[in-house]
Amino acid sequence: MAGIDQSKIRNFCIVAHIDHGKSTLADRIIEKTGLLTSREMQAQVLDNMELERERGITIKAQTVRIVYKAKDGEEYIFNLIDTPGHVDFNYEVSRSLAACDGAILVVDAAQGIEAQTLANVYLALDHDLDVFPVINKIDLPSAEPERVKEEIEDVIGIEAHDAPLISAKNGIGIEEVLEQIVAKIPAPEGNPDAPLKALIFDSLYDSYKGVIIFCRIKEGTVKKGTPILMMATGAKAEVVEVGYFGAGQFLECEELSAGMVGYITASIKNVKDTEVGDTVTNAKEPCKEPLPGYKKVQSMVYCGMYPADGAKYPDLRDALEKLQLNDASLHYEPETSIALGFGFRCGFLGLLHLEIIQERLEREYNLDLVTTAPGVIYKVHKSNGEVIELTNPSNLPDPSEIEYMEEPIVSAEIMVTSEFIGAIMELCQERRGVYLGMEYMEEKRALLRYELPLNEIIYDFFDALKSRSRGYASFDYELKGYEQSELVKLDMLINKEEVDALSFIVHKDSAYDRGRKMCEKLKEEIPRHLFEIPIQAAVGGKVIARETVKAMRKDVLAKCYGGDITRKKKLLEKQKEGKKRMRQIGNVEIPQQAFMSVLKLDDK
Amino acid sequence: MGNHMKEKELINSPLSIYIHIPFCMKKCRYCDFLSAPAGEETQEEYVHALLKEIEYWGRMLSEARIKSVYIGGGTPSVLREELIKEVLCKLKEAFPDIMRMEKKAAQGNKSHDRELRIKETERTEWKLTEPEISIEVNPGTVTEEKLKTYKQAGINRLSIGLQSADREELKLLGRIHTYEEFLETYHMARAQGFANLNIDLISALPGQKLKSWQGTLEKVLALKPEHISAYSLMIEEGTPFYETYSGHQELLPDEETDRAMYALTKDMLQKAGYERYEISNYSRKGKECLHNMVYWQRGNYLGLGLGSSSMIENVRFRNITSLKDYVNYWVADKEKSRDIGSISEKVPAICEDIQHLSQKERMEEFMFLGLRMIKGVSVKEFEAAFGKSIFQVYGRQIAKYKEQHALTVGERIALTDRGLDVSNLILADFLLE
Repeated sequence: MAGIDQSKIRNFCIVAHIDHGKSTLADRIIEKTGLLTSREMQAQVLDNMELERERGITIKAQTVRIVYKAKDGEEYIFNLIDTPGHVDFNYEVSRSLAACDGAILVVDAAQGIEAQTLANVYLALDHDLDVFPVINKIDLPSAEPERVKEEIEDVIGIEAHDAPLISAKNGIGIEEVLEQIVAKIPAPEGNPDAPLKALIFDSLYDSYKGVIIFCRIKEGTVKKGTPILMMATGAKAEVVEVGYFGAGQFLECEELSAGMVGYITASIKNVKDTEVGDTVTNAKEPCKEPLPGYKKVQSMVYCGMYPADGAKYPDLRDALEKLQLNDASLHYEPETSIALGFGFRCGFLGLLHLEIIQERLEREYNLDLVTTAPGVIYKVHKSNGEVIELTNPSNLPDPSEIEYMEEPIVSAEIMVTSEFIGAIMELCQERRGVYLGMEYMEEKRALLRYELPLNEIIYDFFDALKSRSRGYASFDYELKGYEQSELVKLDMLINKEEVDALSFIVHKDSAYDRGRKMCEKLKEEIPRHLFEIPIQAAVGGKVIARETVKAMRKDVLAKCYGGDITRKKKLLEKQKEGKKRMRQIGNVEIPQQAFMSVLKLDDK
Repeated sequence: MGNHMKEKELINSPLSIYIHIPFCMKKCRYCDFLSAPAGEETQEEYVHALLKEIEYWGRMLSEARIKSVYIGGGTPSVLREELIKEVLCKLKEAFPDIMRMEKKAAQGNKSHDRELRIKETERTEWKLTEPEISIEVNPGTVTEEKLKTYKQAGINRLSIGLQSADREELKLLGRIHTYEEFLETYHMARAQGFANLNIDLISALPGQKLKSWQGTLEKVLALKPEHISAYSLMIEEGTPFYETYSGHQELLPDEETDRAMYALTKDMLQKAGYERYEISNYSRKGKECLHNMVYWQRGNYLGLGLGSSSMIENVRFRNITSLKDYVNYWVADKEKSRDIGSISEKVPAICEDIQHLSQKERMEEFMFLGLRMIKGVSVKEFEAAFGKSIFQVYGRQIAKYKEQHALTVGERIALTDRGLDVSNLILADFLLE
C-alpha cells in the first residue's frame, strides 16, 4: 500500500433521509466497481448485523475500500464510509463525516427534502465536506426530479443542475455517480511525514484481535510496531496490524499514511479505550493537539432491564458485558427492583438504540427481558446543595429534600406538509413544546422549530408524529441543555401495592393525564383474577386516577370430553403458558409487557 | 388366537369401557364431536369393525373386572337395534365379567327395583349398581323396539339428549326433535323399566334468558330423572355456531347471566333433591354416573371405536379418527396381537398418541381431574398414590386459592362454588413446571 498517490484517493460518505436509498446506492457502487460480482451481492452489503438488514437501517458505521477505474483511465481508491442513519447516533455520524472529504447527498425524487436530509446535509457542510446531490428513485411514477433539483438549490443552496438522476435499486445512472465522485470530491491532504494524527470514527471488538480501531489518518503514518496513544482516554498500545476494509473482511497492509482510511489493531481489550472521536497519535512523537470535535458519548435514555426469569441474571450480565465490548455508548449498572428483582439500569443514546440492544439481547443471547419505562437523566438539586443525576425514578429523594429539578431539552426540527401543520403544532404543544419558528421550504412544506423536553419525545413522539401527519412529517433533534421544570414522580399502585418498576417522572401538568392513561392501559394488560384489582396512579401519596380490573366471573370447561384428557390438558397448558410471562406482585400476576405499556400511551 | 392368557396381572383395578358410535341423523349446529350422518351400509361396516376391536381387546384383557360400559356418540340410537345387541353380545363374550349382574339378577327377583338391591357377595367393595351400562339416545331416533332390545341386552342406564325444553331454542341448536318428542321418548323409557335416566341440558344459549332456562329446568324436574347434566354452551371451532358467534360475544348471554344460570341450576336442583357432584353433573344420591367418575378418578378405561381415548394403568392412547382407516384396519384378516409384554405393547398399531404418564403427569391429572368433582381430591389418596404429601407438591397453590376462598382444605381438598366458576384458571396452576 505504500506510495499511494493521495490525489487518487476519495474518502466520502452518503447522506440521506431514512429510506431515500442510501444503503442501496452503496451496494450499487460496490457492485459496479467490481469488488463483488452481482451474484455475491447480498442486498445492503454494508449492513452487517442481521438486525440491520432486517430493519433496513445502519446501526454501526461500516466502511469499504474499493478501486474504480475512471473514464480518464486512472484508478482511484474510494473509501466509502457508511454512516448510521438515525438521530440516536448523531455523534457517530458526525465522527464518520469528519473522516471524509466529501459526501453524496441522496434525495428521493418523489419525496424531496426531508428533515433528516437537512440535518445530515448541514452536518456534512459543518464538517467542510464537499457535497454533491444525487436524485434517486427516478423510475417511480411520482418522481419529480426537476422539482427536487430546484428544491435542493433553493433550500440547501448547493448546485443541483447536473445531479445524476439514478435508480439505485435498478442500477440506473450509477456510472455517472462514480464519475462525479472522482470529479467533485476532493482528494485528501495531509503530510505523511508529520507526527501521527488519526481520527477514530468507529471501533469493534474481535475476540482474536482485540479492539479494531477504524480510523482516518489525517497526518503522519502508522504501521506495525508504532507505539500509539489515544489522546482523550490516555490509553497506550503498540500496533500489531494495520489494514483496510474489503467487503466484509479486513485486509492487512504495510502502513496507513495521511489521507487514508483503514484499521489498526493493538491488542486492546476494551472499546472504552478507543472512543469514537478520539485522536490516535504516536506515543513517542505525539502531535501537538488532538483533532477537534471529540466529546464523551452521553447516554440520553435510561431504563431498567430485567431477566424475565430471575435465574438468568448472570446470563444478562454476561450478555451486556459482551455487547458493551462492541458498543461504547451502552452503559449499565446493577440495580434491584422490588417488583422485578435483580437487573440493570442501562443507558442508551436514544430509544432506537435501546430497542436494538433489547432485541440483540433477546435474539443473540436468547434472553427474555422485562424492560421498564425509559426515562431521561434529571438533575435533582437538593436543598443541601447536592446535585443528583437521576436515572432511576425510584431513587428520587423525598420532595422535602428537593430544591428544584431540571430536565433535558432538545431543539427539534420538524418538516411537514402544510395541511398537517396544525396537527403537529398541537402535538408539540401537548408535549410541552416551545414554538421557536416556522419557515416555508416551498409552497407546501414547512419546517417547524420547537424546543421540546426530551422526556416528552422518547416514548412515542415519533409514532404520534407519523400518525398525525399520515406519515408525512419528518423529525430531527439535538440536545440543547437542561432547564428547570416542575416534575413529579408518578407512582402506580396495583392492588394497593406500589410497583416500583412502573414509577416514572413526569411534568406536574401531565401527571393527571398520564396517570389516567396508565391506569387504563394497565387495566387492559392485567388479566382478570379471582378478585377485584384496583389500579391507582398517585403523586406524593395522593391518588389521582383509578381503574379496576373486575374479578373473573367464569372460566370453566363445562363439558369435558369423555376420556380425552389430553385435550383438556392442552387447554390448561395454554392457559399456564400465558402466565409464564407474568410477574407476581403481591398476589397479582402482571404480564411482562405491562411494564412497557407506558410507552404506548398515545393511541390517537 | 396366540398367547392371550395370563392377562389377569395386566390390570389390577376395574375397567370401564367406552364405545363410540360416530353417527347421527343430522349434525347439531353447536356439535364438534366426532359424528356425522351415514348410510346404513357404513353403519354396519363400522359395527363390524368395532366387533373385531372388542374381540381383540377381550383377548388381551379377558379377566378384567368391568365397572361400567358407556355407549356414546354421536347418537348411538340411530343404529338398528340389532347392531347394538351385537355389540353388547360381543362385549359379554369378550369380557365375561359384565354378566355377573345378570347372573345375580337371574337368581333373584326380576323387578328392576330389587335388581339394584342385590347384595354383592364376592366383591363387597363394589357398588350394587355395577356394572353400569349406559347408552346415549336422542329423541327422534328411539322406538319401543329399540328400548326393549337395549333392556334385554343388559343396558341399565339411558342418557337422553334434550338440551332445551324451548321450541325456538331447539330449532336454533339444530336439534331434530321437539320437546314433545322428547317426552314421548322419556315416558317410553320409563315404561320399558329403565330406572336410571339422565337428561342432557345446555344453558347459556344464544339469546337465552334466565327465565327460559328456568322453564327448561322446571319441566325437566317435573319428570324426576335420576341424573341431570347441565352444561353451559361452548362455542367450538369448526361448528356453524363458531361461524356465527365467534367474536360476537354480544349475541351470547353475558358472563353474569351465564353464572346466574349456573347458580339457578344448582339452587333449583338442590331443592329438588339433586346433588351437584361434578362441575356440570347432578344426580340423586347414589345415582352418580359411575362411568364419568372413572375419568375424574383416573380409573382404567378402554375406549373402543372411532377416536376414542383410553387410559389403562397410566398409559394413554387414542383411536384414529378416520372412519375408512379404522374399518379397514379391523376388518383386515390379520393378526393384531402383540402378545407379550405391557399394555403399551398391546395397543393396536392403528392407535395414536401413546403416552406413558410420568409421576409428574399423574399428579397433575390427579389434581385437575379430581378437582372437577365437588368432593374434590383426598389428601390420603394422593399420598398413597405418589408417596409424598399433597402439600409438599402443591402447597403453594393450595394456600393461594384457599386464601382466595376458591378451595377448602380438610381431609379432602375441594373447589368452592366460586372456585368451580373459574376452575380453568385454578386447574392450570396445578400443572407442574
